Amino acid sequence: MAAMAAALRGPLARFRSRTRVWTRGTRGAANAVGAGQPQNFDLLVIGGGSGGLACAKEAAQLGRKVAVADYVEPSPRGTRWGLGGTCVNVGCIPKKLMHQAALLGGMIKDAHHYGWEVAQPIQHSWKKMAEAVQNHVKSLNWGHRVQLQDRKVKYFNIKANFVNKHTVQGVDKGGKVTLLSADHIVIATGGRPRYPTQIKGAVEYGITSDDIFWLKESPGKTLVVGASYVALECAGFLTGIGLDTTVMMRSIPLRGFDQQMSSLVTEHMESHGTRFLKGCVPSLIKKLPTGQLQVTWEDHASGKEDTGTFDTVLWAIGRVPETRNLNLEKAGVNVNPENQKVVVDAQEATSVPHIFAIGDVAEGRPELTPTAIKAGKLLAQRLFGKSSALMDYSSVPTTVFTPLEYGCVGLSEEEAVALHGQEHVEVYHAYYKPLEFTVPDRDASQCYIKMVCLREPPQLVLGLHFLGPNAGEVTQGFALGIKCGASYAQVMQTVGIHPTCSEEVVKLHISKRSGLDPTVTGC
Amino acid sequence: MSSPPGRRARLSSPGTSHQPPDAREELRRRLKDLIEGNRVMIFSKSYCPHSTRVKELFSSLGVDYNILELDQVDDGASVQEVLTEISNQKTVPNIFVNKVHVGGCDRTFQAHRSGLLQKLLNEDSAHDYDLIVIGGGSGGLSCAKEAANLGKKVMVLDFVVPSPQGSSWGLGGTCVNVGCIPKKLMHQAALLGQALQDSRKFGWEYSQQVKHNWEAMTEAIQNHIGSLNWSYRLTLREKGVTYVNAYGEFVEPHKIKATNKKGQETFYTGSKFVIATGERPQYLGIQGDKEYCITSDDLFSLPYCPGRTLVVGASYVGLECAGFLAGLGLDVTVIVRSVLLRGFDQEMAEKVGSYLEQQGIKFQRKFTPVSIQQMEKGSPGILKVVAKSTEGPETVEGVYNTVLLAIGRESCTRKIGLEKIGVKINEKNGKIPVNDVEQTNVPHVYAIGDILEGKPELTPVAIQAGKLLARRLFGGSLEKCDYVNVPTTVFTPLEYGCCGLSEEKAIEVHKKENLEVYHTLFWPLEWTVAGRDNNTCYAKIICNKFDNERVVGFHLLGPNAGEITQGFAAAMKCGLTKKLLNDTIGIHPTCGEVFTTLEITKSSGLDVTQKGC
Repeated sequence: MAAMAAALRGPLARFRSRTRVWTRGTRGAANAVGAGQPQNFDLLVIGGGSGGLACAKEAAQLGRKVAVADYVEPSPRGTRWGLGGTCVNVGCIPKKLMHQAALLGGMIKDAHHYGWEVAQPIQHSWKKMAEAVQNHVKSLNWGHRVQLQDRKVKYFNIKANFVNKHTVQGVDKGGKVTLLSADHIVIATGGRPRYPTQIKGAVEYGITSDDIFWLKESPGKTLVVGASYVALECAGFLTGIGLDTTVMMRSIPLRGFDQQMSSLVTEHMESHGTRFLKGCVPSLIKKLPTGQLQVTWEDHASGKEDTGTFDTVLWAIGRVPETRNLNLEKAGVNVNPENQKVVVDAQEATSVPHIFAIGDVAEGRPELTPTAIKAGKLLAQRLFGKSSALMDYSSVPTTVFTPLEYGCVGLSEEEAVALHGQEHVEVYHAYYKPLEFTVPDRDASQCYIKMVCLREPPQLVLGLHFLGPNAGEVTQGFALGIKCGASYAQVMQTVGIHPTCSEEVVKLHISKRSGLDPTVTGC
Repeated sequence: MSSPPGRRARLSSPGTSHQPPDAREELRRRLKDLIEGNRVMIFSKSYCPHSTRVKELFSSLGVDYNILELDQVDDGASVQEVLTEISNQKTVPNIFVNKVHVGGCDRTFQAHRSGLLQKLLNEDSAHDYDLIVIGGGSGGLSCAKEAANLGKKVMVLDFVVPSPQGSSWGLGGTCVNVGCIPKKLMHQAALLGQALQDSRKFGWEYSQQVKHNWEAMTEAIQNHIGSLNWSYRLTLREKGVTYVNAYGEFVEPHKIKATNKKGQETFYTGSKFVIATGERPQYLGIQGDKEYCITSDDLFSLPYCPGRTLVVGASYVGLECAGFLAGLGLDVTVIVRSVLLRGFDQEMAEKVGSYLEQQGIKFQRKFTPVSIQQMEKGSPGILKVVAKSTEGPETVEGVYNTVLLAIGRESCTRKIGLEKIGVKINEKNGKIPVNDVEQTNVPHVYAIGDILEGKPELTPVAIQAGKLLARRLFGGSLEKCDYVNVPTTVFTPLEYGCCGLSEEKAIEVHKKENLEVYHTLFWPLEWTVAGRDNNTCYAKIICNKFDNERVVGFHLLGPNAGEITQGFAAAMKCGLTKKLLNDTIGIHPTCGEVFTTLEITKSSGLDVTQKGC
């Protein structure tokens, strides 16, 4: 209870007061249901993130009357943001910019080897970076609002929940209730970071990716808990800008990704200063009188308990879909009770035919911005008669923006073997040294590519995995190749662009099966 | 060792019938010499129809052979006896290929049908080498190494004639020494300069005083090149390829003269030859050019900072050099006779040019230098350049520290004895015409790389061509080098990557009304915080409307264009269409993803500029 009292003076106080406001609002809403007449729309989108906005804009483009209801519930730490959803505010955009800040740190070091004379000391100002990143994000928020306005999409900054199959009520910051009804409703509320609520102190003292990009001051010495891509990306850029950073992981890194690649990713991070506590699980977070956080954890390997002191603890242990406060049961929309995601079919339709779900909130979909955007657009086109094309969720490329980027598309080696059998899979692989690494003599031990193919000629490409600089840029084009049904032979017939890293992909010639050495040779 | 088809062999000692045992041993030795010294040895009788058929077969294969007509030598009977002992075959024709006894007429034809004959022929030993490659650049080395992998005896002759300024370098050719490698590294140095500026916006703090040290950069780059030179030599040695640092010149169809630095001449014979001598920068042919100007042959190892520089020519070499020199903080002017990046998409070329202008490079268009005078010696000195308008009598003068010529390259084909063996070249540009298997008009002489007529002058193309050529010559492969849809990237400060047709060429080939061009300007995420312009980077694809909107041209101006273009080039190999682009999910946030969301067509006339966000 003492902790609670302390918390009330801290950030949680803000959180509590907001909750109260919200509660009052809901009560008000209950009173209002009978009163006003709902505003009518052809399409109502709940959630103004990448998927929702794309769907709304496309529908408006097709001449429909569209509304978007968006509301950002502040994080337990009190962080909130504008229109645009996770990607723009607390995801892809700020993380790639902070990743870039970290890369620039590496470039400053390289520059010396390329003849640039930069005087020491070289320091990094979190404040300056964060402000620049936040300003950019705010300009994007603004841009999204303008776009909605331009396309005559009605935007409501309200927290929405279902009243019935066609009606949604929303409460704004001041507690005012609005009723909206629509022929078609799209749920695109996304997800939010998970807190390990069972760990004492986790919610009070920990932050998540919802907060890190909006911190005004440097997080200082940071413990990142989890080994998801969010965890590794954050730990990567924090290390890169010079912070003492530790990753605590329970089991494997980047679950669901190719495991050989994943361990190369962490190996690279380790060799560049990120500490890893493997097989460890936190059990308690305590605030010390100094203001620092003391974390207690259990080391599963030794069975022993250990403690450490950090300025910041960042939870990156997964995300929870935002479905709990939607009153989905009032509309009859089914969720998967295991993970609370909305169950959808190939048309993105839920258990209620005129209610749809796209993006991170939908069951079984890749949690990626471009898939949500495309799915939203195609959904609007189907709903309003422009096309009948379904979203194709196969061979979706993605990139993990760790300090050494990891781009991939198609199957991991494990998946390919599980699907086709070891004897039918041929893996071509190579280590390589980016030309730009030579002059500053950067370590290229983890620059590695593998292409997973069927063994039978013409050796259809099943998956491509690229670890190295600019992996995102490299992977994009090859993703198309895989979509086109490229074979190993066709990729090999492609002439390289010299000197690039991506040309290494079209030069892959050593199969794992051959047992030949895939490491870099002189030329 | 050369011999026109059907050369007559002569047994040097006359009168060998009824020989004593010694003489018979002598005859056996001489016959063995004939068998071992000739790639194809036919023992025949001039009137024998089977013998004639065999000779015709070899002629039709274009293979040199050597004949001993038993009926036309004095000791023909003894020869036939000894041959029987050697080969266990009494009759003629009696054929040996590369020391191996093939048999008579029927067996030879059978061997031809089964492919055995070709195999035997490939195991040539009549010459010092199975393959002699002239030129140790990307193409030559790749061909030599692959041939050695296939078990052949291979020699590489490589010799760098010093530039007029005295620059020379090690093994590896243009790409490694004075091309792709050093230019990309200097490009990187310039990009890092930009990164230093960006970094402050991303929160990095350090002294405002940042200087660039040319000598430190050049030394680092030259060290890397030195290590590459070394590793190339090592690889050749590991693969058992003989490397000779000497200038190669044909003296006979199968014989080459190698002259080393000291002027010592050595002669080597080879069954097959690959010419891979590449190109060297051209000079203007005006007063003072060879004395005072440098070229890309000199720039990358220049021991001093070039200072205020005039780049002559707007080839990709010219613009790349201008770009990184400006990026390193130098005052750069480019003088251009006509268009930028001739042969590339001109809309893209102009965009590349305007970005260079944004970077502070001055362009002097429609002018060409007429004289270069040295005002002051030094490192660098001071040069006065007089240039004349291409459209009128106007002349302008400029004063520079360095004048870099980048007006084109000429093939190194005129001083390698090609005329002696009858290999045809295009007299205008010195390029060598070849057929689709890289064969010149002289069947045993092949050519690859930059000296080919009408083929892209790119390292990876030469490497691919060289490797495939070796596999066809010695590995029984039929795969030809595909010169279509070769991607490339111009490493100007803002990189320009492309694959397939330029818009002009596409219109010429497919007609404007059959094309749809999709395009957009875009703002890389990394540029936003850095505060760089939001309407500079540009993506364009050209589609054939009547072929399923197949992508026939891909063009990208933006950071990392090289890395991005590669994968799309692979996709074009697999028949990329606009629909496939639409169906592909982008990787967010990257520049490459812009191609998955192209919506605006040029024909619509809609605005492609980016608004605030």
